[in-house]
Amino acid sequence: MKLQTATRLALYAVLELARDRERQRSAVELAESLGVSTNHLAKVMRSLGRAGLVAAERGAAGGYRFTGNARRTTLMDIVALFEEQPGSRAPESGEGTPVGAAIASVLREIDEIAEATLRSITIETLLRQGNIVRQS
Amino acid sequence: MLISKSPLSFTLRGAEPADLSAISALDQRITGVGKRAWWQSQISHYAGGPPERFFLVIEGDGRFAGFAMGEIRAWEFGSPPCGWIFAIQIDPSLRERRAGTMLFEALCARFREQGVARVRTLVDRKDLQILSFFRAQGMRAGPSLQLDLDLKAGAT
Repeated sequence: MKLQTATRLALYAVLELARDRERQRSAVELAESLGVSTNHLAKVMRSLGRAGLVAAERGAAGGYRFTGNARRTTLMDIVALFEEQPGSRAPESGEGTPVGAAIASVLREIDEIAEATLRSITIETLLRQGNIVRQS
Repeated sequence: MLISKSPLSFTLRGAEPADLSAISALDQRITGVGKRAWWQSQISHYAGGPPERFFLVIEGDGRFAGFAMGEIRAWEFGSPPCGWIFAIQIDPSLRERRAGTMLFEALCARFREQGVARVRTLVDRKDLQILSFFRAQGMRAGPSLQLDLDLKAGAT
């Protein structure tokens, strides 16, 4: 499954912030750790903020923090903010033909498996299994 | 914010024929399909059977809370001996208290005692609740891919 850069940045940012909920991370700090520009990351963080997954605190000690529910938020909830919903993509050229329909059915099968995987993994599950939760 | 639920004291034990009604009723409540005769055959097959078969019941404060069924099988689909979990169900009103995790861990412990190092199960990929449960226990996609064929569609 090929995810857009923004999606991967969002997954990384959410997991980084959720692993230590007490700690705030500045956009510069997050952008540097990802090797991307602050501008690029800012767009992603705005989308995450609108979804209620992160919040920005102003001030010298400010920064982003995770505000979602790690037990309820799945990877798909984040992916869906940036990617086309599986199963809702527009028909592609050739899909009206028997060969195109056969290819489309295989791609749908792959999408369904990918979606089930992303929907079944919560932030908490991923952090715990990766043993990467920072205890405060 | 999550509201923590009141603590219950859970205990595990082997299933007995007297559990049939509770098991069958819970399964019917969850799946919407009554299959009492099938559960009766499963209890007699698993409970008190050979050491590689397990049928466990969990009780919360003495009240039936759920069950799990598993077995060690070897060389099916070419797979070396491994533990299979065929069913795990918890009363919806008693979920999120680690009862399912206790059953899962108890089955895994019994599989380990019998010398197997892998546990498998099969879930409907649209049943995100059970899929998430097994994921939270550390399970991941295995090396096998389950395939189906609709015989009514005349695909062969």
